Amino acid sequence: MHSDSNLKIIIVDDSPVRAAILEEGLRDAGHLHVIRLEGTDNLLERIYAIDPDVILIDLENPSRDVLEQMFRVSRAVKRPIAMFVDQSDSASIAAAVDAGVSSYIVDGLKKDRIKHILDISISRFNAFSRISTELEQTKSALEERKVIDRAKGILMKRKELSEEQAYALLRTTAQNEKKKIADIAQSIITAAELLK
Amino acid sequence: MTASKKLRIGFIPLVDAAALIVAIDKGFAAEEGLDVELVREVSWSNVRDKLNIGLFDAAHLLAPVAIASNLGIGHVRVPIIAPFNLGLNGNAITVTNALKKALEDKAEGDLTDPKVSAKALAAIVAERKRKGQPPLNFGMTFPFSTHNYQLRFWMASAGVDPDEDVQMVVLPPPFMVESIVNGHVDAFCVGAPWNSVAVDLGIAHILHFVSEILQRAAEKVLALRTAWAAENPESVAALLRAHKKAADFIEDEANREESCRIISAPNRLNVAPEITRRTLDGRLKVSPDGSYRESNRYLMVGRRGAARPDPAQASWLYAQMVRWGQAPLSENLLNAARTTFRPDLYDDVLGAGDLPPSGEPKDGVGAFDGPPFDPLDLEKHLATWNVRRR
Repeated sequence: MHSDSNLKIIIVDDSPVRAAILEEGLRDAGHLHVIRLEGTDNLLERIYAIDPDVILIDLENPSRDVLEQMFRVSRAVKRPIAMFVDQSDSASIAAAVDAGVSSYIVDGLKKDRIKHILDISISRFNAFSRISTELEQTKSALEERKVIDRAKGILMKRKELSEEQAYALLRTTAQNEKKKIADIAQSIITAAELLK
Repeated sequence: MTASKKLRIGFIPLVDAAALIVAIDKGFAAEEGLDVELVREVSWSNVRDKLNIGLFDAAHLLAPVAIASNLGIGHVRVPIIAPFNLGLNGNAITVTNALKKALEDKAEGDLTDPKVSAKALAAIVAERKRKGQPPLNFGMTFPFSTHNYQLRFWMASAGVDPDEDVQMVVLPPPFMVESIVNGHVDAFCVGAPWNSVAVDLGIAHILHFVSEILQRAAEKVLALRTAWAAENPESVAALLRAHKKAADFIEDEANREESCRIISAPNRLNVAPEITRRTLDGRLKVSPDGSYRESNRYLMVGRRGAARPDPAQASWLYAQMVRWGQAPLSENLLNAARTTFRPDLYDDVLGAGDLPPSGEPKDGVGAFDGPPFDPLDLEKHLATWNVRRR
């Protein structure tokens, strides 16, 4: 593990939060030289200047194609670079692509050391996407509650119902029509606006 | 006889994915019993990798990437076949207003002639060197791309060395326009709609349609893993029939409006149909002053034998990989490059005879410079040029 702390790892990710989560994971695992790059301007020059051992990039980032230029034979290339681990390791490629992370690895590194970095990246990427999904769900639950509250208000005013009665009416209508309460609530709001 | 399994096909939102998109969204694939999910991607590397490891069954792919995959250069070797050509040509070379002005100042003749423009570029490059100014930057989309080879072929014809005299930089197409705005590139070669976007903003001129550099260049192909194609011959045949119907549909001008609407949809290219229309019509605004240029070979989707893969074009692309030091020259590699393109499969399914009509270049490529291309004698092709890595 000792030698791994010397590996220079670059993270290229449009999501600062995810990049931070990934960086933290790598640091916790003993990688001290982790550098985050943001933006697209002169990406390749900045990477060459840092001269990393490993580059991690998210698959939603169009700049991934820019990194492919590192393979080109030209004055800019300092040393050969291999992608992923090697040809035989398609399982780790598949796992990385599934998780949404890709890695470019400088030639000459031992396979197991790269596997380790890739594993951390994959688990951190998955953790981030779980958090995002949960956030999304919480957000839409909040939205739904707002819609239902508004529909309740309309029913209470128009039909002179109590809050409980208004909610009960929404619920039974939803059951009868086999729809979500929020959908019924939305139709009530739309109808009320049309009839204004 | 039908394939019940759902197919996943990757694509990049570009007009030359038209045949694939119409094949699915117009229902031609469904008529063939195929259930296809189209997946939009953001980079060619993603498309290639997902095809390679089986997350995609087929893909809209740069022809040179399919060839490189068979040669095992630039990436791991995965055998790929291209039984259907999604488009010939369709890119353009666009230059900043400043570079356009400089080219006009140096031009000895009509700038729409690539010989004249390349010579003018050479004069500018020499002058910049003399004055100690930084080299010009040229944006292109991928190291293994027709864009890269078309730019190189053009400038090198006048002695400009693309590796020594200028900078060639890979830029994702959505970043091209921004790179002109912030001064990172002086020119770029890209497909539709990005050239038009830059012209509409008043910041650049379209200097050339690439069909002025090469009359027939395989641009994007329908790429399949060789192993998958061997195991699923019925799906392959159904895909080819659906694509042929789509290509014919797109080329029929009576369907132009519907074609443009289908490919411009929010989950496909997500642009105004008018922009894709310019590309399919081959009529582009080339200058902020509003002047237009028209070509009947700007993007060829299926007409004049465009859909049938032509191994001569695969040879030409491989020859450029050798010329610029991306691949060594060998009979085996030449053969691997040529057999990436599968006109035999195309003929088996769609019938023989979909050949380029007379009037099309006899050597299959029709380059603006040099002798006719001999697809089996690459030594001769390479020896023609002074500027080369090999």
